[in-house]
Amino acid sequence: MARNGTSLPSGLQRGREFLRRGSAFVWLSAAALALSLLMITGLVGFIAVKGLGFFWPRALVQATTPEGPLLGEISAREAALGEEPAKVQFRVANRDLYGQDFRWIKVAELGAQQRPADAVLVERLENGAFIGFVASVSENGRVLASGDAAFEEALGRLPEAQSLQGDIRTIEKDEVGTLNRRLEDLRLRRRGLAPADATALARLEAEEKALRVRYEALQTRLDGLRAKSAELQIILRTVDGQTKEIPLSAVVRLVAPNRTGILGKAGIYAARLWEFVSGDPRESNTEGGIFPAIFGTVLMVLIMSLMVVPLGVVTALFLREYARDGWLVRSVRVAVNNLAGVPSIVFGVFGLGFFVYTMGGAIDQAFFADRLPTPTYGTGGILWASLTLALLTVPVVVVATEEALSSVPRSLREASLALGATKWQTIWKVVLPGAAPGILTGLILAMARGAGEVAPLMLTGVVKLAPAMPLDGQFPYFHFDRKFMHLGFHIYDVGFQSPNSEAAKPMVYMTALLLLLVVVALNLFALRLRRRLRERLGGSTF
Amino acid sequence: MPNPGALMEPELSRAIPEPGPQAAEALRPRGLPLTDAAAITAQPMLQVRNLDLYYGDKQALHGVDLDVKEHTVMAFIGPSGCGKSTLLRALNRMNDLIDGVRVQGSVLLAGQDLYAPGVDVIGLRKRMGMVFQKSNPFPKSIYENVVYGLRIQGVRDRHALDEAVETSLKRAGLWDEVKDRLSESALGMSGGQQQRLCIARALAVKPEVLLMDEPCSALDPIATSRIEELIFELKKDYTIVIVTHNMQQAARASDYTAFFWLGKLIEVGLTEKVFTTPSERMTEDYITGRFG
Ligand SMILES: Nc1ncnc2c1ncn2[C@@H]1O[C@H](COP(=O)(O)OP(=O)(O)OP(=O)(O)O)[C@@H](O)[C@H]1O
Ligand SMILES: [Mg+2]
Repeated sequence: MARNGTSLPSGLQRGREFLRRGSAFVWLSAAALALSLLMITGLVGFIAVKGLGFFWPRALVQATTPEGPLLGEISAREAALGEEPAKVQFRVANRDLYGQDFRWIKVAELGAQQRPADAVLVERLENGAFIGFVASVSENGRVLASGDAAFEEALGRLPEAQSLQGDIRTIEKDEVGTLNRRLEDLRLRRRGLAPADATALARLEAEEKALRVRYEALQTRLDGLRAKSAELQIILRTVDGQTKEIPLSAVVRLVAPNRTGILGKAGIYAARLWEFVSGDPRESNTEGGIFPAIFGTVLMVLIMSLMVVPLGVVTALFLREYARDGWLVRSVRVAVNNLAGVPSIVFGVFGLGFFVYTMGGAIDQAFFADRLPTPTYGTGGILWASLTLALLTVPVVVVATEEALSSVPRSLREASLALGATKWQTIWKVVLPGAAPGILTGLILAMARGAGEVAPLMLTGVVKLAPAMPLDGQFPYFHFDRKFMHLGFHIYDVGFQSPNSEAAKPMVYMTALLLLLVVVALNLFALRLRRRLRERLGGSTF
Repeated sequence: MPNPGALMEPELSRAIPEPGPQAAEALRPRGLPLTDAAAITAQPMLQVRNLDLYYGDKQALHGVDLDVKEHTVMAFIGPSGCGKSTLLRALNRMNDLIDGVRVQGSVLLAGQDLYAPGVDVIGLRKRMGMVFQKSNPFPKSIYENVVYGLRIQGVRDRHALDEAVETSLKRAGLWDEVKDRLSESALGMSGGQQQRLCIARALAVKPEVLLMDEPCSALDPIATSRIEELIFELKKDYTIVIVTHNMQQAARASDYTAFFWLGKLIEVGLTEKVFTTPSERMTEDYITGRFG
């Protein structure tokens, strides 16, 4: 036998040796790891490049075409393909004048190209960007500056106009909103009043009258502000000679990319990025920021975590520590594990049927009957969405907790019991603290899954544009019944439901990037918590 | 078969007939006295009466009869798997935690039957401290380990807790080593210190009986002798049952020795007697190392 072994051809022998040592598997697993890493970095990198590049101010190119002059950013190029000639896509903006933001031009038809230094890109509150030139700035019809000085003048007066606009927004949103709510409240109280109760009626009427007076005062103040903000006008001119006059307060940002240096561009980039992260959306979500969606996502995941941890831990505790191990417990365990495989839309349907209609309907009947038929909890809201997601992710927490519980050494439980502790005291003081890192691992997995779910949310409370946040400065601060915005849904909405999907494409990438960042941030937070817990347990290895 | 259940008649004389090669005298460290007369006249603290114990269908203890007297040290010896730990755990009903354990017979603690229906098991375990073979401190601070039993009982008073920590650690001979790092994790201590901490933890709840299952098997000789001295000290206030595989330890530290084989109690008596003139051939063979 030994002879046979030595007489094998050396290549084959070496091959066998290679297999026997397991080197093949080391290489295979290393390759698999490298591939996964490549895919992940590729994905994130692709999204980041596509999204982050969007905010960089690009040069404005002026060119002549058979249909007249044209000014815009070059947004795409297409090489010639068979019959199709090579083409260039210009982002010409001026949606209100041209009807569309983009235009394809055959390269052969492009005349001389130049980059006029005074070309500007004006980001506006309405109708998207304007690309052209600043003709003049006027106040009450009197021209303040025109020609080259106009841009500087507009830039100088912009902060003042914007702060005026900010005041108007605050009054509209907060003060008028509060007054409206109180009026609605009065209306409901009046409806609930006994018809004979004349004194109460009179009191309510007096109250309402006072509110109306305040409302009128606010309106006149608003009118004054609006008139003032309309005084300052900016007159813009397109490359083909059309003019457009808009109030300066409707301008978000003035950019002259062709004469801005790299530092200035970086400043504009930072400002745009900040607006995106911290601002409210505009123009059916295709412009402005996505702060409400970030906020809604984080808040929903946090509420979900608050619900899923107790639910999952209690379930796992019962299964592992109290229930006698038999066919019933085993089948419950199998059922819980299978829940993890149910398509998430099914959970959405359940959430809609059970939480929204059944539970929400009952809550409305019991506590908000005076507002019916307008539903309060009987319609989708952040509470129901979080509960649905908690249900969706509870199997993950149950499985992880069961693992963690069974890894707490028996000797520690015995030590506790031998000291006269009850079973519950032992669980509370020894087993649960020992299992806490493992439970947190379950929570991390649950959060990662929950933050990325969209389908069940569409049925239970997510909206394209929420009028108010689920957490704000108005009593009672938490509004669990409110609908909310979510990054995942935002991606779907902006990418597939928007009227102007071409312009919104970079927004989709940016939103996806932010969703990833939010998930990573939430996970890092939980990881930190877990590390702190481990340290407190003295580096023990269970 | 002799009558294994009955204790030896009290032998007040210290004379050891024919000191053989395994004589207790030779095994006993210098300075420690032989069994005192008090140990012989003491009242029984634990009485095991005709105890049968089954793990499922398998019988692990066969009709064990045994008395442990107050303020004495009882050593359980015997080959591996003979049921020493099983009996020890039957004494504070730790076997209740194992599924399928069935017990017949009775165990009396100061006259009260532990296996009578309706007995308060939790209250009972408070009266019996237990130290395990492998030290098992909680992953908490030294302080929290010691006060665990008291906190369980609802003691909140900081002063009482501090005092309990100091006295327990002093009794366990650990105070001087750890008094400056009470808030550090217990897991950072050496193996011997951890075991003494477990003893302190058991002492803090002021038990009457201390049950020790091979407390020194994972320790080096120095740590072992410290624990043996400790046992000798603690005997004044506690009744101690210790399981050991170490014949020298049994001879040095105990007043009484019980020898088990295959779940049966073969012989029990004063340690000197069991080690010098065992009445059973099997005991002698085991002690002299001819089997086991
Ligand atoms: N949980 C259990 N389930 C079933 N059988 C058990 C269990 N624990 C112990 N036994 C059996 O009971 C018998 C006595 O075991 P026990 O642990 O009391 O022995 P021991 O004398 O302490 O041995 P050692 O000196 O090795 O610790 C052994 O045959 C063992 O296999
Ligand atoms: Mg044992």
